[in-house]
Amino acid sequence: MGDQMGTDAHAQARAHASGESHHHHTHARGSVHRQGCHLLQVEHLSVSFRMYETRGEGLRDFLTAPQSTVFAVRDLSVAVHEGEIVAVVGASGAGKTLLADALLGLSEPNARVEGHIWFKGQRCTARDLVALRGHGISLVPQSVASLDPLMRVGEQVRGVAASRADARARAQRQRQLFARYGLDEATARRYPHELSGGMARRVLLCCALMDDPSLIVADEPTPGLDTDLAMRALADFRQFADQGGGVLLITHDIELALNVADRVAVFDGGTVVEETSVESFRCEERLRSETARRLWRALPQNGFKVGTDA
Amino acid sequence: MGRFLAHVAIKFALLMLASSLVVFALVSASPIDPVSANVGQAALATMSVEQRAELSEYWGSDTPFWERYASWIGALAHGDMGMSLRFNAPVEQVIAQRALNSLALMSLAWVASGVLGFTLGVVAGAHRDSMIDRFTKAYCFVLAASPTFWVALLMLIVFSVVLGWFPVGFSAPIGKAASEVTFLDALHHLALPAITLSLVGVANVALHTREKTIDVMAQPFVRLARARGQSNARVIVRHGLRNLALPAITLQFTQIAEIFGGSVLVEQVFSYPGLGQAAVVAGIGGDAALLAGIALVSAALVFGGNLIANILYGVIDPRLREVHHG
Repeated sequence: MGDQMGTDAHAQARAHASGESHHHHTHARGSVHRQGCHLLQVEHLSVSFRMYETRGEGLRDFLTAPQSTVFAVRDLSVAVHEGEIVAVVGASGAGKTLLADALLGLSEPNARVEGHIWFKGQRCTARDLVALRGHGISLVPQSVASLDPLMRVGEQVRGVAASRADARARAQRQRQLFARYGLDEATARRYPHELSGGMARRVLLCCALMDDPSLIVADEPTPGLDTDLAMRALADFRQFADQGGGVLLITHDIELALNVADRVAVFDGGTVVEETSVESFRCEERLRSETARRLWRALPQNGFKVGTDA
Repeated sequence: MGRFLAHVAIKFALLMLASSLVVFALVSASPIDPVSANVGQAALATMSVEQRAELSEYWGSDTPFWERYASWIGALAHGDMGMSLRFNAPVEQVIAQRALNSLALMSLAWVASGVLGFTLGVVAGAHRDSMIDRFTKAYCFVLAASPTFWVALLMLIVFSVVLGWFPVGFSAPIGKAASEVTFLDALHHLALPAITLSLVGVANVALHTREKTIDVMAQPFVRLARARGQSNARVIVRHGLRNLALPAITLQFTQIAEIFGGSVLVEQVFSYPGLGQAAVVAGIGGDAALLAGIALVSAALVFGGNLIANILYGVIDPRLREVHHG
């Protein structure tokens, strides 16, 4: 099935009209298939856990310990093109992080991950995804807690070098990145607890860019930042996308997402219920799913309405 | 730096004062009767009431508690810890002699259990629920649940009595002049008690380290490191050990007290002439001065351990470094 999908994507290559639907999603104006395929394509992804049932208290239930499968992510499909930001928007705690984990091959050992993931047109096995970590796909995590509190920031950004020459190259790249994001040399010698929120965010971005990725998976990168800093964080992602990278932006903040993203994947009940261009959020009629319409109605300009009645 | 040293000195003085008071109060409250302890129960039984009263007055058993404490602590401040009843020598001399044996035993066990326990704990924690983790857990639970003296007896039976690899007791061969005892002799006698003490100590260190390793491996910075393509082994070396150093140091220096406590039992079983055995002799034999002296020395030892740990914290964790002004 995977190969079929690959050639299928190939056949439908090149430009799509804005709003045209294929592969479960509609396109934004800038969505391009440069290699004739999506940068990232996730099809029918499910993440499930085997859990003990807690229904009975009798001896028999204790001894047999009945288990059931709980799906945290179910039949999820989403795609990212080169040069675009796709925001996966959903409520906090809905399992969006499990999507990031699955993409990076970081799922918990007790999680069962099923489905198909293509990266640059190549179908990826679990091992491929592990190999792609830091070599094509990079993670920008949520908070400063993702920095080792006991290691100097510069050393963390540089990461692990394969050789002495590589170490020199990495040191140079770290200095370039720091210069680009307004971090000075003194910052490189600091420890994470000495950074401000804005600095920590840029350091985390530098960690990801250090490995020169094609795709950035940003897992809730803005909470804890004030609006100004959050907008600047997103502007950095915009810049990365405009240079040809792809960004999968996982967030609960629909407003920020609409500000910066090209397309929005509405996440609800463990799956993407609608994947559409940001333009569709201009008017309610262009949104197909109830969840997306509810999000639309909750926007400030549409009256902050919360509830299911239209 | 000067302020730090003054701070440490004051804390040490307060600790010594407090523990000496507690030790003295406990010894006073114990059923040790100074008259019978010094004269001997049999001799006391044959004496008349007048003789006993005379002796009682001679030993000052009616002196009020605070007066006795003041005279003891006063002498202590001058380095006089009193006479040991059982060893018929000044307490400080008995302690000094015994401390050498004990320190050799305890430091060996301390280092061995620390290194082994830490390694086992990290490996088990990093490979949670693997075979090696299950094995480590089983080993640790069994040993943590076994009384130290019982393990010591078991070791003695297996390795000394049945296999005959190690001597059954003492710190030197029986019947050999002290001047002829070689380093190898001493090591041979030290080995089994040290191994026993380490084995028991490993359980505690390994279980705590395992728990901490699991904690550290669940941290967001480990997730990011792995997301950047670093292998598990690399992450453990680069981030794991760094973040485990602090809890490991805490553990290792609290372990001093554990090892000291264990040494009392192990030395007794192996008839190893160390501080622990002296403490048992003093306790059973009503040797109040020696008992109090050993208690104070062990308090000082634990204080020293904690002090070193505190200094090391600052070296390792930048967040704990004192901010130097000006």
